Amino acid sequence: MKKKHSSILRFEGVQTLLASLLCILGGLLIGFIVLLIIEPSGAWEAITSVLESYFRYPSAKLQLKYLGQTLTRTAPLLMCSLSVLFAYKVGMFNIGAAGQYVAGACAALYVGIAFHMPWWVCMLAAILAGALLGAVSGMLKTFCNVNVVISGIMLNWIALYVTNMVLSTEGVKNPMSPYTMQLRGVNPGGLIPQMGLNTLFGNEKSVTIAIPLAIIMAIVVWVILNKTKFGYELKATGYNYHAAKYSGMKENQNIIMTMMIAGALAGMGAALLYLTGIEEWETTISSVPAMGFNGIAVAFLGGLSPIGSILAAYFIQHITMGGGNVDLSVYCAQISSLISSLIIFLCAFVAFFKLAIKNHLRKRDEAAAAAALPKKGGDNA
Amino acid sequence: MEQYAVEMLHITKRFPGIIANDDITLQLKKGEIHALLGENGAGKSTLMSVLFGLYTPEEGEIRMDGQAVKIRNPNDANARGIGMVHQHFKLVECFTVLDNIIMGVEPTNKLGFLQKKHAREKVLAMSEKYGLHVNPDALISDITVGMQQRTEILKMLYRENDILIFDEPTAVLTPQEIDELMQIMKNLAAEGKSILFISHKLNEIMAVADRCSVLRKGKYIGTVEIKNTTKAELSRMMVGRDVKFAVDKEEAKPADVVMDVQHMTVASKQHDNDAVRDVSFQVRRGEIVCIAGIDGNGQSELVFGVTGLEPLKSGKITMCGQDITKAPIRKRSTSGMSHIPEDRHKHGLVLDYTLEDNMVLQRYFEPQFTNGIGFLKRGAIHAYAEKLIDQYDVRSGQGAVTVARSMSGGNQQKAIIAREIDKDPELLVAVQPTRGLDVGAIEYIHQQIVAQRDAGKAVLLVSLELDEVMNVSDRILVMYEGEIVGEFDPKKVTVEELGLYMAGAKREGVAQ
Repeated sequence: MKKKHSSILRFEGVQTLLASLLCILGGLLIGFIVLLIIEPSGAWEAITSVLESYFRYPSAKLQLKYLGQTLTRTAPLLMCSLSVLFAYKVGMFNIGAAGQYVAGACAALYVGIAFHMPWWVCMLAAILAGALLGAVSGMLKTFCNVNVVISGIMLNWIALYVTNMVLSTEGVKNPMSPYTMQLRGVNPGGLIPQMGLNTLFGNEKSVTIAIPLAIIMAIVVWVILNKTKFGYELKATGYNYHAAKYSGMKENQNIIMTMMIAGALAGMGAALLYLTGIEEWETTISSVPAMGFNGIAVAFLGGLSPIGSILAAYFIQHITMGGGNVDLSVYCAQISSLISSLIIFLCAFVAFFKLAIKNHLRKRDEAAAAAALPKKGGDNA
Repeated sequence: MEQYAVEMLHITKRFPGIIANDDITLQLKKGEIHALLGENGAGKSTLMSVLFGLYTPEEGEIRMDGQAVKIRNPNDANARGIGMVHQHFKLVECFTVLDNIIMGVEPTNKLGFLQKKHAREKVLAMSEKYGLHVNPDALISDITVGMQQRTEILKMLYRENDILIFDEPTAVLTPQEIDELMQIMKNLAAEGKSILFISHKLNEIMAVADRCSVLRKGKYIGTVEIKNTTKAELSRMMVGRDVKFAVDKEEAKPADVVMDVQHMTVASKQHDNDAVRDVSFQVRRGEIVCIAGIDGNGQSELVFGVTGLEPLKSGKITMCGQDITKAPIRKRSTSGMSHIPEDRHKHGLVLDYTLEDNMVLQRYFEPQFTNGIGFLKRGAIHAYAEKLIDQYDVRSGQGAVTVARSMSGGNQQKAIIAREIDKDPELLVAVQPTRGLDVGAIEYIHQQIVAQRDAGKAVLLVSLELDEVMNVSDRILVMYEGEIVGEFDPKKVTVEELGLYMAGAKREGVAQ
């Protein structure tokens, strides 16, 4: 029995899952302690409401509706995490996913509102905008040796203010508010179609084919990275730039290509959110939307695997929604963000916990080897 | 009774699936130079790690001056006077020699200010006493490898270590520097220091050691007095069979020219002078042309230029009649050039890839491994890797799916050689193909290179090992400061003569 247990532990995927669960547990525990310090009486109530999220709603119909909303917001988050992990596999830390996401939002909304284009054209525009920004990072890296992290952070802000400027133009911005016009009102054809999916989720109108599209993209990314010549080249470049060059791969082109694809994924993520019509762009916003940054946490929580990202993205969105349930008469409004950010923060420890599990296994093997040999000697005697 | 500085008695250390040290006994006498000989993977490193407290052995004990001791960690080992010069130096490049020597044991006054004057006097006195010539104020990045090594030795002496371990110290040195090091080691031993000399170079062990302990596949084979033994006997102990030192090969039959390099100049990354200056040579089918020289005289850059890793400043390269001066690396590779690179970790392998993925690094794009729409044919890659592993006897923990990083250096090198030779090249460029390998592996690799020549390939070999140069090559070109200063027939030239050219003391008036 024990033997079986240890052999399951040896699978890479199981190790990742276990490490991710440990991170979540750690985040919840620290969050709980913080809650206890602020106000002990409501702590348990608060932490369970975060975890229960939409399950707190009384009827099955409402629960389905809010599950639908959670999934709608999971899709863009998943795309951002795919963007981060794709670049990471090729040895780059795409903190610029946030800016690429913003560029995608800008392109999707502008093309949709100003030109009344159908949804797929808007999405294509978002993908192109993200890819373009990614390519800038990639080119800065290959031609000027600028670290992708530095260029990414800079471009995040450039993208944010350019977007605010572009979306403030007449005919795009709502003259009565700081927000862009409602896509649903101006150009219903710009909304991603539902294809009946909404009926599965209590007629929640934000539920669209964006959700299956994101999952398909996760699978596509997995296939590219693991099954294709292209993925083989990209990973080789990421692991060892010099060996890639030595074997005649176009190492610089690979880096630009990677950043373009990463940017495209993040840009598409923005389209998947803004083309569902649940949110408009606030043109006076002065901070880069957290979606791209959360993508980093999701990528790590998901063990840098596209499939793991699906689960991780859902979980992060689940607790983010759950955070809204915390009793605001007991705790301040920021407490929900605090708990989810604690978990996100702890996500950085996935690799650490994985190492701990591996070390544990190795120690046990060594001990077993030490124990086995004298016994064998005894048998011979 | 003999006085032993350190005794490691019946040490056994097991790892999962392997016994790294199986009942090994090593006794180091006071004031002797004791060589520890063994192939890669014989257990030398594990044994030293046990001595340094990095591993706890399952069985056996360590005694110092006859007393049983427990060494729990490297600090413990240092406190007991054990010091080590690692194969790869552990120096801070942008610090001076003196700063590196006192690092960690800096003399300070009560206020915490450095008091370097005393330290400096002590270092100068030591360097005088043992013949360790260094300039205490020079930056590490500015001095030669030999001087860096002397700095490492002074580091041990400054800490008043009495047991000095040298881990393959000659691998990075020129022949002259090796002679100096041998003298220094003798001086140290004469002053009562006990030296453990880890090596697999038999000539050096014969020249400097008093006794030699041999390990093979984790087992203790024996300890012999150097004055009562021979090179042949030592190698037999190490490898377990007779080893041929001379490479068996027939007379070369050079045919048509495969590669023609004309007036090649390659810029240097380190300095403003060109690393390779106006070099011209040819390599023909059925011959092994060897570029000899002391490390850093432009050999690396010459290979970078030939293989396309660096652009040429001027000159022309022709391979099989095709002008490849500006051809990209992939084009050179597919037109029949194979390259066994100097640095197998930097260029030769993607260490985080599996062995099978590394085996197809030069050919993954061929139709046999990738289908029409860009998907890898995993089954074909695996089968191909298994074939090469079998054919070239590449050993690894989990066969084709072993991560390259976890393999031993010798087997990593074998994997690269298998990959490059199996490509069936017209021209094989092999740069220091046997660096850091043991006698058995070297013999094997030399055989492979000669077999390539006999199969009608052109071989360009770059080597720093004079033994290799003399044994393997059919024609020797000596490089000095970026230029070819002489061309020799290995059967008609002596090592001493080559040494003069390599050191720049002699050169042919007008080359070619």
